[in-house]
Amino acid sequence: MPVRPAVPSGTQVCGVVPVDVAQPTTAAEVADVLRSTRGTVVPVGAGTKTGWAAPPTSCDLLLRTTGLDRVVEHAPGDLVVVTEAGVRLESLRRQLAEHGQMLALDPPEPGATIGGIIGANASGPRRLRYGTVRDLLIGVTVVLADGTTAKSGGKVVKNVAGYDLGKLYTGAHGGLGVVVSATWRLHPLPAAVGTVVVPVSDAAEAGRLSALLARSTLTPTAVELRFDVANAQAANAQAVGSRVTGSGVTGELVVLFESIEASVDAQSRAALALLGGGTREQRPPSWFGQRPTGGIVLRLAFEPFALPHVLRALPDGASGTATACTGVAYAAVPETTDLAALRAAIRPYDGSAVVLAAADAARAGLDHWGPVPDSFGLMTRVKDQFDPRRRLSPGRLIGGL
Amino acid sequence: MTQPQVDDRTRDPGRTGIADDGTAPSARMVRLAERLRERIGADKVLTDPAQLRTYECDGLAAVRVRPGIVVLASHRDDVVQTVRSCAEAGVPFVARGSGTGLSGGAIPVADGVLIVLSRLRQIVSVDPDNARVVVEPGVINLWVSREAAPYDQAYAPDPSSQQVCSIGGNVAENAGGAHCLKYGFTVNHVMGAEVVLPDGEVVRLGGTASEHPGLDLLGAFIGSEGTLGVATQVTVRTIRIPETVQTMLVGFHSVRDAAGTVSDIIASGIVPAAIEMMDALAIEAAEAAVQCGYPQGAVAVLVIELDGPAVEVDEQFRQVRELAEARHAFETRIARDAAERALMWKGRKSAFAAVGRISPAYYVQDGVIPRTRLPEVLEEIGRLADEAQMRVANVFHAGDGNLHPLILFDDAVPGAAHDAERLGGAILDLCVDLGGSITGEHGVGVDKKSKMARQFAGEDLDTMQLVRCAFDPDGLANPGKLFPTPRLCGERPGVRTAADTPDPALGEVF
Repeated sequence: MPVRPAVPSGTQVCGVVPVDVAQPTTAAEVADVLRSTRGTVVPVGAGTKTGWAAPPTSCDLLLRTTGLDRVVEHAPGDLVVVTEAGVRLESLRRQLAEHGQMLALDPPEPGATIGGIIGANASGPRRLRYGTVRDLLIGVTVVLADGTTAKSGGKVVKNVAGYDLGKLYTGAHGGLGVVVSATWRLHPLPAAVGTVVVPVSDAAEAGRLSALLARSTLTPTAVELRFDVANAQAANAQAVGSRVTGSGVTGELVVLFESIEASVDAQSRAALALLGGGTREQRPPSWFGQRPTGGIVLRLAFEPFALPHVLRALPDGASGTATACTGVAYAAVPETTDLAALRAAIRPYDGSAVVLAAADAARAGLDHWGPVPDSFGLMTRVKDQFDPRRRLSPGRLIGGL
Repeated sequence: MTQPQVDDRTRDPGRTGIADDGTAPSARMVRLAERLRERIGADKVLTDPAQLRTYECDGLAAVRVRPGIVVLASHRDDVVQTVRSCAEAGVPFVARGSGTGLSGGAIPVADGVLIVLSRLRQIVSVDPDNARVVVEPGVINLWVSREAAPYDQAYAPDPSSQQVCSIGGNVAENAGGAHCLKYGFTVNHVMGAEVVLPDGEVVRLGGTASEHPGLDLLGAFIGSEGTLGVATQVTVRTIRIPETVQTMLVGFHSVRDAAGTVSDIIASGIVPAAIEMMDALAIEAAEAAVQCGYPQGAVAVLVIELDGPAVEVDEQFRQVRELAEARHAFETRIARDAAERALMWKGRKSAFAAVGRISPAYYVQDGVIPRTRLPEVLEEIGRLADEAQMRVANVFHAGDGNLHPLILFDDAVPGAAHDAERLGGAILDLCVDLGGSITGEHGVGVDKKSKMARQFAGEDLDTMQLVRCAFDPDGLANPGKLFPTPRLCGERPGVRTAADTPDPALGEVF
C-alpha cells in the first residue's frame, strides 16, 4: 500500500482541509488508492496552482502525485520524452538541456510538476511560438475514478489513432482522471537569445505595437507586455480637460528572439526599426514570464487584436502581463473588482476571465470560472461518463462540475 | 497474440449494403426520406439508386456501401434538421465532405443517411487582424490560404489532397500534411467549431480566442472521424507567410544515407518546414507521371524545405547541405524560384496517383514510427514485400516518421487486393511493435479499425468509448468506424464480442 502520511497541519486546497493524504510512488499505487477508497479525491502535484480551479466541495483524500518522479524514457533522436506526472519541470529541463533539448513550456511556478501543469493547463510567454500543453502533449496515461488505467496517444508526434484524450485531461484539474504519465514532443534549445524592450504609454500603443509584430515576418518566441492600469484617473483627467491620453495604461513590451546568433541579431535590429525605438538587451527583464500577485489574480483570454479593449476594461489599480500576440493576459485586480462587469465588457471579443488566486476569505463570493458556455450540458455528460460518482475534484470545474 | 483478420465481408462488394439494385429500401428509410423532404426540400434528398451509387465510397475505393438516403445539405439548417430527423427515427448518419479520405471514414451506412456537406462552401469571414478565417465545412482546404493570401497569411495544414479536400473532412480526420513537422496538424490550427451533436443539439466548441474556461471538447472533437457529431462551421487560425522559403532536392545512393541525413538535421537543432523522402520505386512513378526531373539513379531522394527569416534560413540551409554531403548525397538541387519549388513538390504530392502509371492498382498505407528507426523499418518493409512477392513504393514525411507505403498489385489477379491489404496490415504491425502508430494522418475509418486493438489495450479503447457515449449515447454518428468492437453505451465492458454485435458499417443493423 502507498504511503499514507498524516495530514500535515496547514494542508488545504483553496481553504478546504483534506481528511487524509496519499502520496503514491507508482501508477499501480494510484490505481490502488482509487480502487480501495470510495470518498472524494483531489489530485494535486506540487500544489503550486491549486487556486486555479474552484474550491472542491469535498476532499476526503488529497492525492499527491509528487512521488511519481521518474523520467521514464528520453529518445533524443526522436525528440520525445516520457515522464511520470510528479517530475518537476525544472529538473526535466536540466536533464533535457544536457542533450540540447527542451520541453517548450515555460509556466513560472517554482517546483511545478508535469501532472500539475497538464491539469491546470499552465503556460508561459513562449506559447506564442510553441503553443501550450495541448500542442506538445502526444501521449498520456491516466487512472480513472474507478481505478482503471488507460492511455491515449502514443510516443510518436504524428498519430491520429483514436480520440485524443490528452486534450480533455488538459485543464481538467484531475476531474476526469489522475494523470500518471505523459509523453511530450521536444524542441531543440535555441543557440542564442536577445530581446528588444519598448516602453508603452497607453493601451492603443500596446495594441499597435503588437499588431505590427504580428503582421511582420519576424519570428519572436515571445512578445510580452507588462502593464499598469490607471483607467479611472485617465478618465478623470480627460473630464477636466487635460491632455487626452486615450487610456491610463503604461508599461513595456518585450520582444524575445531565440534562434541562431545571426538571426537574433538581424531580427532584433529589424524589430527596433519596425517598432520605431526601444533598446536591445541580452536577457528579458526580471518580470518577464512571472505571474502578477495581489488582490484577485485573473487569467484573461480574448481575440488577440482586442488587447487594447481588454486593457481599457480593466479596473484602476490592475497590473499584470499580456502574451501580446496570442490574446492571453494575467492581471492582478483589486478585490473590489466587479468580475461580472469585467467579463461582460470583454465578452464581445470572445473574452473570458478565470480566477487563479484570491485570498481564501474573498473566494466565497467569487464566481471562479464565469458563465458556462452553451456546451456545458455536453461537458457535464463527459464528466459523468468519466466520473459518474463525482468523486474526483468535485466542484473544481466550471459550473460546479 | 493472434493477428486480427481482415473482415472479408467489408471487402466483397456483392455482400455489403442491403440496398443493392432490385432491393427495396426499408419502410423506415421510406418514412425518413418523406420526412426529410418535408423539412428541408425534396430536391436535397436523394433515394434513386442510380444517384445513390455516386456516394458508395470515398478515397478508399475497395469498400463500397450504398447509403439508404443521401442529403445534399445546402444550408447549416439542413444539417440540423437531418441529424434531428435521424435522431428521432434512430437512424444512423454519416457526414461526408469531399470524399477524399483514404481510410473509409465517409463510407455510408446502408440503412442510414449520408449527409453531403460539399455545398456548404461559404467563406463566412476573414479577419486578418486576429488571423482567423471562419468557413463552412465544405470549403476546400486550399481556398482558406487563397482567402488569407491578400493579407500575407496562409492556412498551415496542407494535406496532399488540399486542392480538393474539405475543411470539414480535415477536422474529422485531424489532417496533417508535409509541413506539419514544423506547423502541427489541423488540431493546432482550428480554434472553434459549431457542431451539430448526434441528438440534433447545436453547440459551439472553442471560439475565436485561444482559450476558454471548461473542458477542451474541441480538442476531443477534432480527429474523431465523424463519430461525435457534424461540424457546420469552423474557425481556423492563419499564420504569417514567412519571409523566405528555400527548398532543396537531394539524391542519395542509399536509403540509409537519406534516413541518416534526416536524423542529422534534426539532431543539429534545425526544425525544417518539411522533410519528405521517396524511394526508387516512388521516384520512378513520379518521373513517369509528372517528369519532375528527380536525380537520375537515385535510390532515395529528400525534399527539404526551410522557411523563416532570411538570415536564419540561409545559415541553416548551408548546414543542411553540408550534412547531406557528409552522408554522400550525390546531387543537390536548390529551387531558384517558385516554379522550381513547385516542380520539386509536384513529384512528391503526385506520388500517390503517380504509382498508377507503374501498376494497375495500389493500396496506400499510413503508419508512423519513431524517426530514428527509419532505416531498419525500410529494410523490414522490403523483406515483407519480397515475402509477399509484391512491390512497395515508399513515400514518407520523413521528419516525423510518417510512412506511406504504396503497395502495388494487379487487381485483375484474384486475391491480389486481399494480399495487398494483408501486407499493409503487416507493415502496420511493424509500426506498432516499434512504438509507433497505425495512422499518422489518414485516420482509422473502416480500413484500420481492427488494428486499433493492436495499438491500444481494451481499457484504453473503453475509455475512448466514454467520450463517444457522452456525445452520442445512441451510437448514430458514423457507426462502425474507428473502434474495433461496437459497444452500446451503459453496457459493461467486455460483455459483448465482435461476433455477437452486428457491425453497422456492413449495413447489417438489426
